[in-house]
Amino acid sequence: MRILLVDDEEELVATLAERLAMRGIDADWVTNGEDAILKAETESYDLSVLDVKIPRISGINLKRELEKRNPHMKFIFMTGHGSEADYKAGSEEAGSEFYLIKPLDIRLLIEKINTALNSVGGSI
Amino acid sequence: MTIDLNAAFESGLQYFGKMTASISHEIKNVLAIINENAGLMEDLVLMANKGRPLEPERLTTLAGKIISQIQRADGIILNMNTFAHSVDEFQKRIDITETLTLVVSLSNRFASMRGVAVELAPIHNPIRINTNQFLLENIVWLCLDYAMDEAGHGKRVVLNAEKVDNAIAIRFAMPEGVTGDFSRIFPGKREEALVEILAGDLSTHRDRGEIVLTLPTEIKN
Repeated sequence: MRILLVDDEEELVATLAERLAMRGIDADWVTNGEDAILKAETESYDLSVLDVKIPRISGINLKRELEKRNPHMKFIFMTGHGSEADYKAGSEEAGSEFYLIKPLDIRLLIEKINTALNSVGGSI
Repeated sequence: MTIDLNAAFESGLQYFGKMTASISHEIKNVLAIINENAGLMEDLVLMANKGRPLEPERLTTLAGKIISQIQRADGIILNMNTFAHSVDEFQKRIDITETLTLVVSLSNRFASMRGVAVELAPIHNPIRINTNQFLLENIVWLCLDYAMDEAGHGKRVVLNAEKVDNAIAIRFAMPEGVTGDFSRIFPGKREEALVEILAGDLSTHRDRGEIVLTLPTEIKN
């Protein structure tokens, strides 16, 4: 299982990647949309966890770009806003069950990852 | 000419809403980082209980990261508090450097999202003016917002202020030029209403990539 984390807060995605690795989930991270697209062109990911708002491209548009490169990739959106507009946009794109509010609960994130990928696992 | 108070009122509310939403987003991000660092500490302890050696330096680093995020949140909340108190008095004597610093700090996330660097040039002699602080912050933000759009990704917007006789000039320079065509209606209704209330003037100079906001040092009631 390979995951790509995308958020402009480097410390957030780097730490989250380490925590996922401890649970047997291989996660790469980037802090902007351009790097996410580059990664998706050279690596194969099963799922991407995207912030709804990232520099210079919306999470929704980035999802579409990543899908073009990997039509099988699944998505989970996360946001710090939790506003109705963000929720509507995120849940329409990824399904409300794949929409998380920051701060993240790692157990909930892993539950969503397992549901999205129809897999089991992710405990220390 | 009648001042469009509705436009100014609407602009103020939009500005207040936009800034407070941005601040809440930033605080959420800080909390999310603290949450992950604290979670990682917990994970390391869990793994230590299962026999993996716990490195004290690792915990020290994580604690340092948490402290650093708390300091970041403290700065964000200080700015939020200063911003909230901008509406306390209709008119007061304000320091331009402090006001520009606040507006630039509040705009950092918007600049980062656009990939634009915003710089405040050093203002060597203190400049104080008697004006409405909130409306001033609002018009500076609108100019900066427009300048960031016009500068474009990878470019800079440099703010500078100088005293000119009984007025001050705040310049929003785009030293690498403009990528837009200055075709958006600017100044629009909101900017015109705010500038009129503040008894100032606003001009755009595409040839030298600059927006100039001029304000009197004393606004008359």
